[in-house]
Amino acid sequence: MKDDHTTVPSRLAPEPVPRRDFLGLSALGAFVSALFLAFLGIIRLPRVVVSASPSRKFRVKLPESLQPGEPFVPPGRNVVLFRDSEGVYAISLVCTHLGCIVKPSPNGFECPCHGSRFAPDGHVIGGPAPKPLPWLAVSLEGNEVWVDGNVIVQPGTKARG
Amino acid sequence: MEPRQAPLKELWSHLRETPRRFKESAFRSGPPVTDRARSEFVFNNLFLHIHPVRVHRWSLRWRTTWGLGVAVTAAFLLTLITGVLLMLYYKPYPDVAYQSIKDIHYVVPTGRFIRNIHRWAANLMVVTVFLHMARVFYTGAYRYPREFNWLVGLGLLVLTLGLSFTGYLLPWDQLAYWAITIGANIAQSPRELTDALGITPYFDPGGWMKTLLLGGPEVGDESLIRFYVLHVAVLPLALVVLMGVHFWRIRKDGGLARPEDADALLGPPRDLYPVFTDAPTKTYHLAAIVRGRSPAVNRGPENTIPSMPHLFYAECAVFMLTVFLTVLAAIFWNAPLKEIANPAVPENPAKAPWYFLGVQELVSHSAFMGGAGIPLIVIVGLGLIPFLDRETEGTGRWFGGPGGQRLVLVSAVFGLLSVIAIEAFAIQFGWLRQWFPDIPQLIITFVNPGTLLVVVYAIFSLGIVHRYRSARAGAVALFTCFLCGFVVLTIIGVHFRGPNWGFYWSPADWPKH
Ligand code: HEM
Ligand code: FES
Repeated sequence: MKDDHTTVPSRLAPEPVPRRDFLGLSALGAFVSALFLAFLGIIRLPRVVVSASPSRKFRVKLPESLQPGEPFVPPGRNVVLFRDSEGVYAISLVCTHLGCIVKPSPNGFECPCHGSRFAPDGHVIGGPAPKPLPWLAVSLEGNEVWVDGNVIVQPGTKARG
Repeated sequence: MEPRQAPLKELWSHLRETPRRFKESAFRSGPPVTDRARSEFVFNNLFLHIHPVRVHRWSLRWRTTWGLGVAVTAAFLLTLITGVLLMLYYKPYPDVAYQSIKDIHYVVPTGRFIRNIHRWAANLMVVTVFLHMARVFYTGAYRYPREFNWLVGLGLLVLTLGLSFTGYLLPWDQLAYWAITIGANIAQSPRELTDALGITPYFDPGGWMKTLLLGGPEVGDESLIRFYVLHVAVLPLALVVLMGVHFWRIRKDGGLARPEDADALLGPPRDLYPVFTDAPTKTYHLAAIVRGRSPAVNRGPENTIPSMPHLFYAECAVFMLTVFLTVLAAIFWNAPLKEIANPAVPENPAKAPWYFLGVQELVSHSAFMGGAGIPLIVIVGLGLIPFLDRETEGTGRWFGGPGGQRLVLVSAVFGLLSVIAIEAFAIQFGWLRQWFPDIPQLIITFVNPGTLLVVVYAIFSLGIVHRYRSARAGAVALFTCFLCGFVVLTIIGVHFRGPNWGFYWSPADWPKH
């Protein structure tokens, strides 16, 4: 059974309106572009230009007793530092899936949120994460380490003292 | 001409008459005892006149609606009232927000009760809005001329979920913080696609949406204010406006959907006083000449009854039941409040509110498809239903249309089995990444348990369309499958997922840590 209302012309059609007059069209155009420009103006306010998040560049001292392969997470930072014979390196702890903080584990890193697993060098070995954990730029200054969370470096880049 | 009374005496008698005059000026019509007065009672009142003056008896059967739309409205009103009360004490600033919720919970008189009502009414609203949608679907009530109202309804569904989501951040506890972090990164998940294609630096809709939502790169004080504004102003306003349109359209579309032969099915009305004892009222005439769809066009009024009191009593009953259930829940269960948000340590497991856990399960296969792609496909698919199904068989009847109840049953079995099979396979054997560690992300984005499930459901439904030669049958199959998928995924997310989103038969088996 099909309904029959589809065979009659659309309710919106019956009375033709002479819309092709020039003034009418330009008025319509002006109206629409005014709305559009107003929208662009409005969206400028909520768009963020300056963000007040804390600096992602920081300085830490590694504990003397830190063993090769042993993770060190500076308090309040989402970065883990390692030191081995080739130098010091830093890996971000922010899961590349949806931004939870991964936990260092004996065979790499685990994410509590959807179970992504990463190898000790950060690349994905399981779960939904689409990308490896990024390595971050480090530099040594005396016995302190500078970590720059804004600069991503090639995996394997280590800073020598 | 009457002799004028002394001015003071006149003043006195006016004063004495004031209560009566006030009543007359406020109510304008007499007590609703005659048919005419009952009509006037409705259309002379701003708040009631969104109702029709008369309703069809079919609309008032419990089985037609189960009162679900009204229950959503009632739950919304409850959140509105309690929400305003909570605003008196709530302060939208990180950490302060948490303390103010704690104050509401432990210090403010009745604060905990009001907060509980707000929380459980919001939950009830989500439940009832899904049930309402299902009832509209299964009774075929979305068809011509109600296509547009179905779309308005979809808008209401999205707004309802949006309100829940934004409200979830406000307590600023661990649960809130991590749920919102995940949610915001889902908004950013188109990056999974743009990254794989290598075009993110030039075209980054994901990043744009995330910063717009959060007001910065991470969840922080700007995000809390934004969510607060959305939650207490933007979304409720939009919801109220859309609800107005929704209700108005129900009237304009000729009342609730009902079968062609509803009058015959119902039989002659019992114990009703005669219709039109008085002269027909103005509105009634108007309704009869307006083109199209008012309840009485082309039909006798025999099977309609006055809204006052029949419809209003039914509505009041649903309202009272909703209030009763919510208050009961608020007495026995407290709204949760975890530790204060800690951006360094996620909850383990970090779970979204229950109605998003189905999506979270999908997201655990692919962020983009699970969080954005599949939900978008579902919404668009739902929106298309009334335009693809233009049949008329079975409108207004439960499981109406070809196939009927049996098709629903078959689809439910198919829907349940396929979602359980696919999930069990992925839980038992893992997925592509475990087998081929170097597989490109793009393949996983498009080939994962979630997308596979959608494809299986779609093929099944197309088969049903072919077999029954009916778009309605296909829609019933698809809707039923998705409903089953949603329920099973939600149950998996709520009950069977533990730390690190691992599978556990019961929360009792979770490792202690
Ligand atoms: C805030 C959310 C919503 C509210 C407050 C609401 C309210 C209502 C009410 C009070 C009715 C009258 C009949 C009844 O009680 O069932 C109704 C009918 C209807 N609703 Fe909704 N609704 C909401 C969401 C939705 C959704 C999500 C859909 C579908 C996508 C929808 C589609 C419809 C349609 C098509 C009708 C007409 C049904 C018929 O003619 O039988 N609504 N709604
Ligand atoms: S956020 Fe890490 S697996 Fe989802």
